[in-house]
Amino acid sequence: MTTKIKSFDDLKSIQERLKAGRDPKNPCITICVGTGCLAYGTQKLVDNFREELAKRNLADKIGFRTTGCHGFCERGPMVIIAPEKVFYQRVGLSDAGEIIDKTLLKGEIVDRLLYVDPATGEKVVHEDDVPFYKKQTRLVFGLNSKVDPESMEDYLAIGGYSALGKALTGMKPEAIIQEVIKANLRGRGGGGFPAGWKWDSTRKANGDPKYIICNADEGDPGAYMDRSLLEGNPHLVLEGMIIGAFAIGSSEGYIYARNEYPLAIKNITLAIKQAREAGLLGENILGTGFSFDVKINRGGGAFVCGESSALFASLEGRAGEPRAKYIHATDKGLYDKPTNLNNVETWANVPFIIERGADWYTSIGTEGSKGTKIFSLVGKINNTGLVEVPMGTTLREIVFDIGGGIPGGKKFKAIQTGGPSGGCIPEKYLDMGVDFDELTKIGSMMGSGGMIVMDEDNCMVDVAKYFTNFLVNESCGKCVPCREGVRRMRDILLDITEGKGREGDGELLEKMASAIIDGSLCALGNSAPNPVLSTIRYFRDEYRAHIEEKRCPSGVCKALITYSVDAEKCTGCMVCSKVCPTGAASGEDKKVHTIDPEKCTKCGACRESCKFDSIIVR
Amino acid sequence: MINLTIDNKKIEAEAGQVILEVARENGIVIPTLCSNEALEPSGACRMCVVEVKHGKRTRVVTSCLYPVAEGLIVDTKSARVMEVRRLVLQLLLARCPESVQLKEMAEEMGINPEQRFTPDTDNSKCILCRMCVRTCEKVVGVSAIGFSYRGSEKSVGTPFKKDSVTCIGCGACAYVCPSGHIEMETTESGDARKIWGRTFKMKACKVCGRYFAPEDQLTYISEKTGVPAEDLAVCISCR
Amino acid sequence: MEEKVKEIIQYYQGDKSYLVPILQDVQKEFNYLPKDALCAVSTHLSVPISRVYEVVTFYKAFSLKPKGRYQLSLCLGTACHVRGAELIAGNITSLLGIKEGETTSDLEFSFETVGCLGACALGPVLVVNGEYHGHMNIAKSTKILKKLGKKGATDDDQD
Repeated sequence: MTTKIKSFDDLKSIQERLKAGRDPKNPCITICVGTGCLAYGTQKLVDNFREELAKRNLADKIGFRTTGCHGFCERGPMVIIAPEKVFYQRVGLSDAGEIIDKTLLKGEIVDRLLYVDPATGEKVVHEDDVPFYKKQTRLVFGLNSKVDPESMEDYLAIGGYSALGKALTGMKPEAIIQEVIKANLRGRGGGGFPAGWKWDSTRKANGDPKYIICNADEGDPGAYMDRSLLEGNPHLVLEGMIIGAFAIGSSEGYIYARNEYPLAIKNITLAIKQAREAGLLGENILGTGFSFDVKINRGGGAFVCGESSALFASLEGRAGEPRAKYIHATDKGLYDKPTNLNNVETWANVPFIIERGADWYTSIGTEGSKGTKIFSLVGKINNTGLVEVPMGTTLREIVFDIGGGIPGGKKFKAIQTGGPSGGCIPEKYLDMGVDFDELTKIGSMMGSGGMIVMDEDNCMVDVAKYFTNFLVNESCGKCVPCREGVRRMRDILLDITEGKGREGDGELLEKMASAIIDGSLCALGNSAPNPVLSTIRYFRDEYRAHIEEKRCPSGVCKALITYSVDAEKCTGCMVCSKVCPTGAASGEDKKVHTIDPEKCTKCGACRESCKFDSIIVR
Repeated sequence: MINLTIDNKKIEAEAGQVILEVARENGIVIPTLCSNEALEPSGACRMCVVEVKHGKRTRVVTSCLYPVAEGLIVDTKSARVMEVRRLVLQLLLARCPESVQLKEMAEEMGINPEQRFTPDTDNSKCILCRMCVRTCEKVVGVSAIGFSYRGSEKSVGTPFKKDSVTCIGCGACAYVCPSGHIEMETTESGDARKIWGRTFKMKACKVCGRYFAPEDQLTYISEKTGVPAEDLAVCISCR
Repeated sequence: MEEKVKEIIQYYQGDKSYLVPILQDVQKEFNYLPKDALCAVSTHLSVPISRVYEVVTFYKAFSLKPKGRYQLSLCLGTACHVRGAELIAGNITSLLGIKEGETTSDLEFSFETVGCLGACALGPVLVVNGEYHGHMNIAKSTKILKKLGKKGATDDDQD
C-alpha cells in the first residue's frame, strides 16, 4: 500500500474497492500464527499449505491468510475454512494436503480434526458453535481472525481507519474527548483510570510538545493479551493512538514494547511503515493539517517499567526508577512535558467508541465498568487462551462455561487476577461479575487481565511466596519499604514454607503490609502485599497448617512433604527407580518399590513418570 | 499566599513550596534520612512521610516532595505515619546493624528493632539514601559513582566496581554520607588521600604549604572554568 | 569493536534516550556486553560510564558475561509456576551444575528463568536458542540436555 490516502473520501473509496475485491463467499484458509501457535510449529503447517496449494495450482483460486492470535491457544495449531467457518484444531503439521483435498475440493469434513465438546461428547464443526467462542463477546479481539497483521489492505477492507476519518474530519478534539468520557472507557492496563479524563487533563495542561504513549510493557506473568493485540491487529492500536493524539493535541507518540515480544515489535514496526506510506502518520493526515508520528522503543527486561513514571525514565535512557506522582504525568511526564499514557487494549477500544458512539459502548458492561475486557485464562484450566467478555460476566462463567473447568476433574481452589499486584479469589466469589470496583472490594483488582486458575494441588502459601519473590526481583530498589520490606516479607514466607514459621508471623505480615502499602513510592510497592494479604484473608487455615503444624496440606512445599509409594497401586515397573537422580526410589522388578526419605530430594521425577499414580506426596 | 494547616497550626506558605520546607520554616520537626539542602529531594527513604487531607481524600505522602495547596490539612504524626517510620527504621536497622546513626535515631523515636528481621551480615552501612550519587552528579558534575543492579541487590559504587577514572578525589560523597559508609583515608602528612580504591595526590597551597585538595580536582575545576590550574593552587584560608 | 559501536550509535542518531536499544544492539553484535564496548558507548554517546553501568545492571536483558552456545530460558510465569515449572528449573540447574542466570564453564550452556513468555497454553515452556519446547516436564528437560550433548544427562545412574 504505497499510495497516499489524501482525504476521508479517498479513504472511503479505497475501503470500498478493497472490500469489493474480497468476496466473503470465496473459500479461504485462515491459520493463526501468533507466538503461541508458532511455538506449536505452525510455520511448518503454513509452508505445507503453500506447497500443497501450489502443487494443485490452487494458489489463485483459494484464499490463504495467516493471522494473529484467535484466542483458543489450548487447541493450536488451528485452521479455519471460510465461508462456512469450519473449525479444525490440533492440526498436524503435514495435514495440509488432506484438508485441501477433502474439505476445500470435496466439501467433506476431516473428522479427527474437529473439536469435541467434553460436556456432550459431540463434535463441533463450525467455529461459532465452539463453546469456548460461543460464550464470548469478541468485539475487539475478534478482528484478529479477519486480518493478516502484515496487510494494511486487510484492515482497510474491514473498514479500518473509518473512525480516524470521522474523528479528524467530522469532530472537534473536545468533542472526541467528551465522547470517550461519556463512554467511561477505563484503563485496561490495570489502573482502571477513566481514559477520557486523562486525555482532558493532558489537553488542558501547559507545555509543548505533548506526548502520547502506548504502554505495551505487559509484565504480569501469565498475561499476554496486549502482545496478541499488537501482533494480530497493530493498525487497530495505531488508529486509536492517532485519534487520541488529535484529541489531545499531540504530535509525537511512543510505543514502549517489552523486549520479550519480538513478533509484536516486528508487526507494529511494519504497520507504522505502512501507515506512513499511506499518509495516515506524518504530516497533514487525510488532508486535515493534523500531523502526528510514532516511534517504537523497547524495554530492557524490568517489570517495574510498566509503571508509567518508570517507563518515562526508561524512554529517557535511564534506569527504570519511578518517581513521586504528586504532580501528574498529564502535567509533567516524559521529559517533564504533558504526557498521556494508555495501555494497548485501551487504545484498541477507541476506534469502536468513535465509530459507534458512547451510547452504544455504555450499553455493554456494568454500571461502573463499560465495554468488554480481554482476559488471559491460564493455569489449571482446560481451555487455556485469551477470552473477551462484557464487563460483569461472572468468574464462574469464565472459568467453567468458557474455560471448560479444571483438568483432571480436580477441584477449583482460587483464581488470581491482577498479576503480582492483585489477589487470589476463592470459590465463594465465583458468581461475582468482573468489574473494576467489585474486584478491588474483595482484595484483588482487574489488573491487565491475567487470570490464573488454581486447584486443590496448589498451595496458597507457596503462591504468595512466588508472587512476593517475583516482586523482590523486580523492585527497583529506590525506596525502603519496598526494597527492604517486601524482601523481609518474602523471607518470612520462605520460613513458613520451610517449616520455620513462627507464631505471630501472620500478624506481623499483615502489620508490615499496611506500612508498605502506605509508605512505598510507587504502585509496585504499594500493591506488593496484596498476594500475601488476600491469601491470608481467604486461606488462613493453610497458613496455620504451615506455621503451627509444619504441614503443607496441598503437598507442595518441599520441606514439609514426603514422597512415598502406595503399595496397593505399585506394579514394580521400575520406571521411578530409573529416573530417580539419587537412588532414593528403588525396588526389584515387579516388586513394590520404596522411597528412602533420607536420599529423596523431592525433585518430582518419580511422580511425573509413574503411570499408575502410586506416588503419594503428603 | 497559600493557607494550610500543619498539626493543627494555621500556616502561610508560598506557591511552589513543599510541605517539609514550610514545616521547617515554622519550627515543626519532621525526621529525614535522605534530605539535603543542596540537593533535589529524592523521596527514597520515606521517613518524612505525613498524612495529608485534601477535600475528602487522605493520603500518606513524602513531605519533601508534596507541594503545598490551599486548604491542605497535614498531620505529621498520625498513626499511619508513625507506622511507616517505625517500619522504615526497623528495616534499616536490620540492613545496617552496625550503624550508630540509625541506632541513635531509633532510640530518639522510641523504636525497637524487629526481632523477626535477621540482621544482614555484609557489614554495609549504606542505607541507599542516594545523597552521594546525587552530589557527584549534580553538585560536583562528575558522575564518578552511581547505582548498579536493582532491588535488594542495588548498591552504590564505581562502574564495574573498579577504580573510577573520572573520580577527582574531592570527597564530597564521603562528606555528605550520613552513615559513614564511604571511607576516605588521608595519609598522616596529608599528601595523599584514598577513596573508592584510588589514591589521589594532594596539592599543597602555594601560600601556606598545607595540603588542601587533590590535584585531579584542581585539574577538573581548571578545565571546567578555564582558570589556569596554577591560579587555583591556593587554599581557602589563604584566599 | 569501537567502529561497530559508533555505527550503532549513529543508527540511533546519537540520541541519548536510545541508550537501552543501543545496548541491545551492541549485545546482539558481541553476544554480550564487553567492558570496552560499554566504554565506547559512554564516550561516543556522551553518557557517563556510571550511568551506562547502572542501566546495564538494572535491566535483566543485559549480560556482562558471554552467553553459552545453547541459551536455555525456562518460563517461570505464574501459569507455568502453577503447572510445576520450579521442579524443572531444579532439574536443569542440577544437571548443568550452575545456578540460574549462569553459564557453564565450557561456555556450552546458559540457563535463565524468565517472567512470562506468553505461551501459557503450552506451559511449562523451555526455549532453546529461540526454539520453543512446550508441555515441558522433568524427563523431557533431561532428554533435551542429553540431545544437546550435556555429558552426564543420561538415564543411567552412573557417570
